[in-house]
Amino acid sequence: MLGGMTALEDRAAVRRLLDRFGFGPRRGDLDRGFAETLDRLLAPAAPVAAPDLPAPERPAGNQEAKKRANAARADQEERFAGWWLDRMVAEPTATERLTWFWHGHFATSEQKVRSPRAMLAQNRTFRAHALGSFTDLAGALVVDPAMLLWLDGNDNTAAAPNENLAREFMELFALGIGHYSEGDVREAAKALTGWRATREQDAARFTDKRHDRSAVTLFGRTGPLDAPGFVAAVLAHPESAGFVVGRLWFRLVSSSPPPADVLDRLTAAYGPGRDVAATLRAIAAEPAFRDSATTLVKQPVEWLVGLLRAVDVRPSALPDKTRKRVRIGLAGMGQVPLRPPSVGGWPAAAAWLTTSAGAARLTLARAVVAGADLTAVGGDPVEDARVLLGVDSWSDRTRSALEQVRGDPKQLVAIAACAPEYVVSG
Amino acid sequence: MDSVTRRRFLTLTGVAGAGALAAGATRVDWGTLMTAASDTPLDPGAGVLVVVTLYGGNDGLNTVVPAGDAVYQDLRSDLAYRPEEVLDLGEGLGLNPGMTGFKGLWDQRRLAVVRGVGYPEPDRSHFRSMAIWQTATPGSASTTGWLGRWLDTLDGDPLHALSVEPVAPPLFAGEKGGAASFPVNGLTLPGGNPGKAFKALGHAQEGEDPWRARAAKAIADLHRGVDTFAEPAAGEDRSAPEDEQSTKGASAGGGSALGRQLAMVANLIEAGVPTRAYSVSLGGFDTHADERGTQQRLLTELDGALTPFADRMRGTDRGRNVVVLVYSEFGRRVRANAGQGTDHGTAGPVFLLGEPVAGGFHGEQPGLADLDGDDLKATTDFRDVYATLLGRVLAADPARVLDGHRGNVDHLIRA
Repeated sequence: MLGGMTALEDRAAVRRLLDRFGFGPRRGDLDRGFAETLDRLLAPAAPVAAPDLPAPERPAGNQEAKKRANAARADQEERFAGWWLDRMVAEPTATERLTWFWHGHFATSEQKVRSPRAMLAQNRTFRAHALGSFTDLAGALVVDPAMLLWLDGNDNTAAAPNENLAREFMELFALGIGHYSEGDVREAAKALTGWRATREQDAARFTDKRHDRSAVTLFGRTGPLDAPGFVAAVLAHPESAGFVVGRLWFRLVSSSPPPADVLDRLTAAYGPGRDVAATLRAIAAEPAFRDSATTLVKQPVEWLVGLLRAVDVRPSALPDKTRKRVRIGLAGMGQVPLRPPSVGGWPAAAAWLTTSAGAARLTLARAVVAGADLTAVGGDPVEDARVLLGVDSWSDRTRSALEQVRGDPKQLVAIAACAPEYVVSG
Repeated sequence: MDSVTRRRFLTLTGVAGAGALAAGATRVDWGTLMTAASDTPLDPGAGVLVVVTLYGGNDGLNTVVPAGDAVYQDLRSDLAYRPEEVLDLGEGLGLNPGMTGFKGLWDQRRLAVVRGVGYPEPDRSHFRSMAIWQTATPGSASTTGWLGRWLDTLDGDPLHALSVEPVAPPLFAGEKGGAASFPVNGLTLPGGNPGKAFKALGHAQEGEDPWRARAAKAIADLHRGVDTFAEPAAGEDRSAPEDEQSTKGASAGGGSALGRQLAMVANLIEAGVPTRAYSVSLGGFDTHADERGTQQRLLTELDGALTPFADRMRGTDRGRNVVVLVYSEFGRRVRANAGQGTDHGTAGPVFLLGEPVAGGFHGEQPGLADLDGDDLKATTDFRDVYATLLGRVLAADPARVLDGHRGNVDHLIRA
């Protein structure tokens, strides 16, 4: 990767930093230097006021009540997702980008959880630890109510172990496949027994008599093990740090894994404190981070939020009809926040570059841009659109394509947002 | 059939009519798809494969149920179906009570059940095991899907394979590109200068970053599809909300609204769209808890979507060449967990439907007295099934696609 590498110019490196640790540049962001931009991104975020979502009522048996409960839940989910999208557009630090990252990493779907309140509580946990210690985050998630509802934690008892959460925690959240055995999965399930969550209560409860007190053999060591002990054992496994750091790299830098020496430096920065902010700082310092070849296909949400930031449109300010089209557009591109397709999270790279996603992307771009103030696009429209979107440069192909709509700023910016140079972060 | 007749034909046929119109989504595309199919229509003698992926790991033992087996009754306890509950297939096996349509197909010898399908050294991770089934490369990682590699052997036209979901499944990923994907909601593109500008973004740019080149190619493929199928939409787009997804336990991926997906496929086949392989999916089979009700509901949905599809396909020349493959990434543990669910297991049954299929049982039922740990031992390699479909339905050389794999399931497809 480093042989024959072409390093980005400073301004492009700042743009990349904003693309990867945030949701892309807003007007004026590219005028700051690299170090200042990094400091701003890694600074603590201002506290946020989340929407108030009352606990769902348990519907009485009749069909009418069920319908009402479903409608109330759908309404809450919509408010929550809309609020979060708005946060992503507004936030100047890396906090929302990392909150989004953790949502995809500990992928939990409202489809099965059926409690926007529990999903929001989980979202708060992601935000609170977004740039903090993975130790704290993983410890919170293993007893998170939405997670327990999602991965059948409620059914995991001493009398009847359920492996689902234990397996996915090791495979997808903290260790990676190949570093544990089927025996470890069965044993680990015992350590997580006894935790239960409901859709109404904000914290999971531990019931001693449902917990399996027998000795657990995990990674060849035998002894009593509870949920915090399980998390500690998995995170202490020599392969865990490289796995977690590798996942950050995969989503924030490149779908090609980091070279071994880079990974070593990053895991050193992650360190015994499992410090996410320090890891990001180390990523930004890597020469590979400035390699022009380290491109990344934007996920649909990242693409949309970046576009909203560039054209300075807050989703909360959009008319109802447009907000609805935003939801439909994201569904058409295959990515609805709060509804990852599986516990493995969303796909990456080529999966977003399908023919049908391309059509949905254009429709969505046109809907979003329709209400934007584009007076900045005027004198040299194609060039102005490039500056507005924060694209380093247009290819000849794209410049000549965009020339065909130079007289119509809205069409121009919408189509420019579908250009390969914008869809794929350089 | 001239274009107007086709249009009328498509408007009037199909379950999709009501569903699609209710969503307000696909009217333009239904109309425009027809024009398309008249340019390069599907050869009425060509085989067509429809792949149905059940995401989450469907419990094979409660799908094709050995209800008369004492070991099954013992290990499954409350989760077990009693012999009088299942739909008898003979040989001590019966279908899940939700699959009454499949039972009808079975009785007419139009349903094949390949028993005990899996692969050596089974992987119990959803993602690894699904990747193994979709890439057909157990024991090594591959970045291409089995039908993607089949696409690679053709002329590069993505329309040979079509997904009706927004995200293309890995089984369609090829080295040279991949399949087209048309979600149920269909496609609409602008006309005029904006349409020209968007189309021009699809041109290749020399020396471009590979991902950007791929983004450009997707735009080109999109227009190629739309040029083949469609006139550009005049004025506004007509995208509309998808139906609210049915809420079901789904921690391992997969689609919903299978009936709508299949109705779209049926319309495309009957219209003569030149696609040879389709992909649809149903999710929610990861039944670690309270399995019985959930799985039976999903199998009922599967049955309710596929039975009318099979019957409808029987009514046309092109439809009579259609073969449907139904599979999942693994079966589940033989012994129930006490949450009335099952954990990840190994081999399971594969279904094949359609007029070319030789109905009845194929392959051996894995014995419950002869387990590998707590799991079934596979008796048929899934690549044998794929090889048979590649050779007999898609008229391809299986060895080229399956890395030299030579096995087959004899007598699965009629001569």
